[in-house]
Amino acid sequence: MNRAGTILWFAHHEGRLAWRDWLWLMSGRRRSVRRAALGLIAIALFLHGFAFLVLHRYPDLSRPPDQRMLIVLTGILALYGSLMVSQAMERVTRAFYGRADLDLILSSPVTAWRLFAVRIGAIVVTIAAMSLALAAPFINIVSWFGGLRWLAAYGVIAALAMVAVAVAIILTVGLFRTIGPKRTRLCAQIIAAVIGASFAIGVQFAAILSYGTPSRVVLLQSEALTRFVPDSGSILWWPARAILGDLPALAVVFGISAVMLTVTISIFTPRFGQLALATGGVSQNSNRKGHRSCRFRRTSPIRALRRKEWMLLRRDPWLVSQTLMQLLYLLPPAFLLWRSFYNGSGSFALLVPVLIIAAGQLAGSLAWLAISGEDAPDLIASAPVTTARAIRAKTEAVMGVITIIFGPFVVALLVLAPVSALITVLGVAGAAASATAIQFWFRAQAKRSQLRRRHTSSLIATFAEALSSFSWAGAGALAPASIWLALIEGLFALAIVAGAWVISPAKNTKRSSGGAQQHHTKRIEVFQAGS
Amino acid sequence: MNPADPSFALEIRGLVKSFEKPAVDGLDLSVRTGEFYALLGPNGAGKTTTLRMITGLLKPDRGSITAFGIDALADPVAAKQIMAWLSEEPMIYDKLTPIEYLHFVAGLWGVDNDLAEARARDLIGWLGLEAHAQARCEGLSRGMRQKVALAGALVHEPRLIILDEPFTGLDAGSARLVKNVLRERALAGCSVIMTTHILDVAERMADRIGVMVAGRLLAEGDLDELRRQAGAANGNLEHTFLTLLDTGAAERTVTA
Repeated sequence: MNRAGTILWFAHHEGRLAWRDWLWLMSGRRRSVRRAALGLIAIALFLHGFAFLVLHRYPDLSRPPDQRMLIVLTGILALYGSLMVSQAMERVTRAFYGRADLDLILSSPVTAWRLFAVRIGAIVVTIAAMSLALAAPFINIVSWFGGLRWLAAYGVIAALAMVAVAVAIILTVGLFRTIGPKRTRLCAQIIAAVIGASFAIGVQFAAILSYGTPSRVVLLQSEALTRFVPDSGSILWWPARAILGDLPALAVVFGISAVMLTVTISIFTPRFGQLALATGGVSQNSNRKGHRSCRFRRTSPIRALRRKEWMLLRRDPWLVSQTLMQLLYLLPPAFLLWRSFYNGSGSFALLVPVLIIAAGQLAGSLAWLAISGEDAPDLIASAPVTTARAIRAKTEAVMGVITIIFGPFVVALLVLAPVSALITVLGVAGAAASATAIQFWFRAQAKRSQLRRRHTSSLIATFAEALSSFSWAGAGALAPASIWLALIEGLFALAIVAGAWVISPAKNTKRSSGGAQQHHTKRIEVFQAGS
Repeated sequence: MNPADPSFALEIRGLVKSFEKPAVDGLDLSVRTGEFYALLGPNGAGKTTTLRMITGLLKPDRGSITAFGIDALADPVAAKQIMAWLSEEPMIYDKLTPIEYLHFVAGLWGVDNDLAEARARDLIGWLGLEAHAQARCEGLSRGMRQKVALAGALVHEPRLIILDEPFTGLDAGSARLVKNVLRERALAGCSVIMTTHILDVAERMADRIGVMVAGRLLAEGDLDELRRQAGAANGNLEHTFLTLLDTGAAERTVTA
């Protein structure tokens, strides 16, 4: 055992907690290593299959790098890097604001900076691991098709994670200094979301302006961009060259990244303890008075519940920003629609699925807030309202927001392309209803502030929600070409939802109550006992 | 005893609930109309599980629950209409003000708007929350949040109030205020069933006390009756309660 309070001691403590968290995530309450390993193998096989389906169409992966390949790889790295910075910023902010065990550690006589050094290191490892987990299937398959040189991509991703965390630390500490701890949490979250979306959205805007399509690939492979960028000897392409197995380039990229992270940690960690103490004195709660009061006038229980959901959402800017950040990705389609009004073009093939996916994701978040994020479940359950009516009210609240946000898109589409508008309505309704149903079946009581972590509460629910949204989007994309293919895709989406129901805790609880799932059963029964 | 006797606010017969092991094991319990009943017991005795089943938050495995003649298992909505539940952890919304919260709860119970407004104002004044009536609950202390939750439990004028450790986290002044409010409600004919670990409160406030151990009622009655059952000639409730627990433990050991 290491001496208490040292970096190694903290690393052991954090590692143990992280391992147990991960095991719980992968295997549920049983915390079985075998179960976790089997789950991991299943996911790895699925992702490798997906990567194979994507990459087998590109037979020329072993050719020497040309300008176009370097541009595409650099574009992918920029996209990946922006998402990593976004994730890292969110985690660095959480490291300061999450009070779980911070009060205990900060009140103890150990040196706090050591803990933060370990936590920042853990963030690097987590970001790198997450990114590698997503990229690994593609790297492995591309190495199979195009040669082992592609395995160098692992090193580049790790280097990118180090740069991302360093940038996130600099940005977050900079925000602390400039706007203070009170506003930093909200601003950091918005900036993280904007950074995460900026590259993807920026390229889409450029593609729409140049080629009238939101497809990023079209822009990245265009002649115009090839003529505009520096020649292939430029230092700009070193990360891309490193991916392609250029070992000196890989060494330089990795070395610079490691130095950047080390310097950042050594400069900033001594102050982390003070920053964490400053956040401890900041309440996210505002004791605001004098705002417009809502009296739940003309209320029935259903109306009161619906209104309450909308009001709680409206009054929480932190949650609103978290929820609505997903809608950043709707900006390019909105821009495309706006342009179509003026030039009469009708490039809606990509627009409809984007709207459907966005609706599914937004509905999932809102449904989680309304159902799992209910602050007073006992109050609702002890009220003289049946479960069905309470759930109906909450579903209506979710659908009301979806209608308000997606309604204008549908109206605009109705003018330009009525058939696309009809497909969008059906797709949005299907995706939103599926996501809401899945959230209901997999509900687990949580604090509303944990919205960002809702995806970790159940991997099955997360996959089912994403797959159903993508399937509805697929149906929407196929509908103009073949109604039968669209129907098949729609049935596939319904099958996913049905499958989710079959393996959901809600179904299992109906079948047998009690037993080993005492706590979960209690949660489910809160909703069921009144029905 | 008549199962639908209107002189009883609450009647529980043969109530059973098991998780991994029995939490409530064949419980029989009655609360009279206008009575203040304190349910005591060590941790894990099944008190909270019992209250959660009464309020419809948990489904019993077996048994019956009747509130003012209404079968709470067959018609939970009608039973909930006349009950109020206050848990140890205040069930309020951070982003609502106390007055908005009371209107919301009144809306859930279908209370008329004007009536809700009048009752909300009365309760806010009664519980000393005037200064915070228009501030969001997120800025309130734990004691004030508990008072807001209590106001919520009373705004629809329930006939049966069910309280789980209502004095946790309250300062002496707030605790006295809450006790006074509950006593007045009981005097007005409202029935109260409450769990608490503060035996002084139970001794002073309760008309009858039930001692629950391992999911069953070990003893029941006023303090004198409990003393007799414990075989203790005198002594306060704490002494009597601990004697009863020791006796109960010895009996269970012999039975086992």
